[in-house]
Amino acid sequence: MFKILKKEKLAPLVFGFEIEAPEIARKAKPGQFVVLRIDELGERIPLTIYDFNEKNSSISLIFQEVGKTTRQLASLSRGDFIGDVVGPLGKPSEIKNFGTVVCVAGGVGAAVIFPIARALKKAGNRVITILGARNKELLILEKELSSISDDFFITTDDGSKGKCGVCTDILEGLIEGGQEINRVIAVGPAIMMKFVCETTRPHGIKMIVSLNSIMVDGTGMCGSCRVTVGGETKFCCVDGPEFDGHLVDFDELMNRQKMYLEEENTSLKEHEAKELKKGKCGCKRDK
Amino acid sequence: MKKNNQRSIPKRVPMREQSAKERALNFNEVALGYGPEEAVAEASRCLQCKSAPCMRGCPVEVDIPSFVSLIAEGDFDAAIKKIKEKNCLPAICGRVCPQENQCEKFCTLSKKGEPLAIGRLEKFVADHERESGKISLPKKKGPTNKKVAVIGSGPAGLACAGDLAKLGHSVTIFEALHKSGGVLAYGIPEFRLPKTVVEKEIDFIKKLGAEIKTNIVIGKTKMIDELFSEGYDAVFLGTGAGLPRFLRVPGENLNGVYSANEFLTRANLMKAYLFPKYDTPIKRGENVVVVGGGNVAMDSARTALRLGAKNVYLLYRRTEEEMPARREEVQHAKEEGIKFRILATPKRFIGVDGWITAVECIKTRLGEPDESGRRKPVIKEGSDFLLPADVVIIAIGTMANPVLLEATPDIELNGKGYIAVKKNFRTSKEGVFAGGDITTGSATVILAIGTGKTAALEINNYLLT
Repeated sequence: MFKILKKEKLAPLVFGFEIEAPEIARKAKPGQFVVLRIDELGERIPLTIYDFNEKNSSISLIFQEVGKTTRQLASLSRGDFIGDVVGPLGKPSEIKNFGTVVCVAGGVGAAVIFPIARALKKAGNRVITILGARNKELLILEKELSSISDDFFITTDDGSKGKCGVCTDILEGLIEGGQEINRVIAVGPAIMMKFVCETTRPHGIKMIVSLNSIMVDGTGMCGSCRVTVGGETKFCCVDGPEFDGHLVDFDELMNRQKMYLEEENTSLKEHEAKELKKGKCGCKRDK
Repeated sequence: MKKNNQRSIPKRVPMREQSAKERALNFNEVALGYGPEEAVAEASRCLQCKSAPCMRGCPVEVDIPSFVSLIAEGDFDAAIKKIKEKNCLPAICGRVCPQENQCEKFCTLSKKGEPLAIGRLEKFVADHERESGKISLPKKKGPTNKKVAVIGSGPAGLACAGDLAKLGHSVTIFEALHKSGGVLAYGIPEFRLPKTVVEKEIDFIKKLGAEIKTNIVIGKTKMIDELFSEGYDAVFLGTGAGLPRFLRVPGENLNGVYSANEFLTRANLMKAYLFPKYDTPIKRGENVVVVGGGNVAMDSARTALRLGAKNVYLLYRRTEEEMPARREEVQHAKEEGIKFRILATPKRFIGVDGWITAVECIKTRLGEPDESGRRKPVIKEGSDFLLPADVVIIAIGTMANPVLLEATPDIELNGKGYIAVKKNFRTSKEGVFAGGDITTGSATVILAIGTGKTAALEINNYLLT
């Protein structure tokens, strides 16, 4: 059992947990993830490790409520327990002094980018961060990211904060403005990562993405997370989650992410019906 | 019951099982097993051969004539004790061992008729003990103050841990998943091996003194060298060969195409057949194509059927003769209505909007024998045909999982990528032993148990000298 030490609401439907997990905290590196299962009836879902604190024996996770499992997770409070957490899984990010690195984060992708950007900064890179979201309410980790970035940009789809538009607008501007860029790392929705890759491709800039495919065990056992990279099938959990973005088949990834949409809806509806019976629903908690 | 000096040998006592029609709709165990009278009758068929040829076929050297004679006398408690002297997991072995290729193959009775049903008798006494709730513990040696880490809680790890604990060592098993049992938990379906049976046998290993830590991936959460610095004196690797193989033909990543490992893990470990009570989803296909001819292929096909498929096709590139699956499993699958399409292999997977709709297959014929001694399938050009499919399950075997091996480059591998071990189960790394599928490639539960047990003796020698 893994104790929730701290809970924070970062944006509507976005939560942060600090979880007691000494063994994972000792080993975690930027770019790695955990797989968790809330209870006996639960499914196993991967979540990126946002931060790790060896002294506190804890790891931090950030997640967005999208389906039944994440909604149930969001209903837990400080002092509650999560049944199973295993990790750190996946290969850590490559951290070296590359020169100038642009980190592009979309939505909760900011949680994945943060430890990577921080490590890259520490390794001597000039770090430029572009943080994007649909609107200003959905921007997370603004302070944290800006504090470790040499240059920091915000974009929102509706223009409620920063530049009105999408991340790639800023990235294009940087490239066209002659900014020397040695590497771009993008984390966010698959469609956003795809567009970032298309932006850097003509310029031959090294492009890294962190993929969020569906997983079960997270240790290479099932192949649920397979993704085509450079024409070869790779397992996101053990070969990734980071890959050369220019080689990833994003259309296949997006298709595979939709595999259980129908079942996810069924599951969520059942859960909502149960919550209603108990007299609590998501809307009340949000207030 | 007459003694065995009679001329004509009585026929093998049949075992009751759920009818094919009934069981194809539920996940309950197919085999209902013997009752006490049936067990005594079957056990009385044993000729008690002095040379005990049956024992030659048992990878863990169970004293078969003795336990059978105890059953014939009606002393079931003593019979199970006798088995447990050699085998800590009898309820599992009684169900999933390929006895027809082992103990029963050498049974003298088989020369004139059907061999003694040794597996069914083992299952009977193991179930009898479990259901009675009186589980006796064998004598343990005094503590040696030596600590052993066992990596993986599948058959090899459990057997090794059980024997090491009996020898007085302090044993900790590390399991990557949230539940222990390895392939017994995630792979073999409920209808062949009920999970309560697995849990009870694992409880027995714990009662012997082994501790199990779940959610720890050795090679990620903890390294082997750390185990030594934490005071472990030896390490046994029984991690299995769990990385699924794919066919590498076009369309394999379409939605609806599963590895058998994923399909079975969802169904068995995560209980997706009880979705939405359990959260893990699984695609319930109407037309399901399973590729492969081993036990895992049979398990996948029969699971898909129980999930409500109208048609389940089993596509195998050789003939039934060459299928690695147990005869009994093939028989069960056929009875339940699995449609065998032998001498054919997938050429590509066809999809619409990203979802599998059909498998384009091509017929094969048998050519010259390959290195496994089986005749190699040869493609018959121009013999393409289509099978409709909304779920496809690839069950063509597994390879070594890279996680632990990449984290421990000082452990040497063999030509096939599995851990290279010497006769005494030692790896190239001091104090590290290995057994089960990670050394042999995909094999059987009992073979893994056998290597786990022998490795336990070698580890014992290593620790005490």
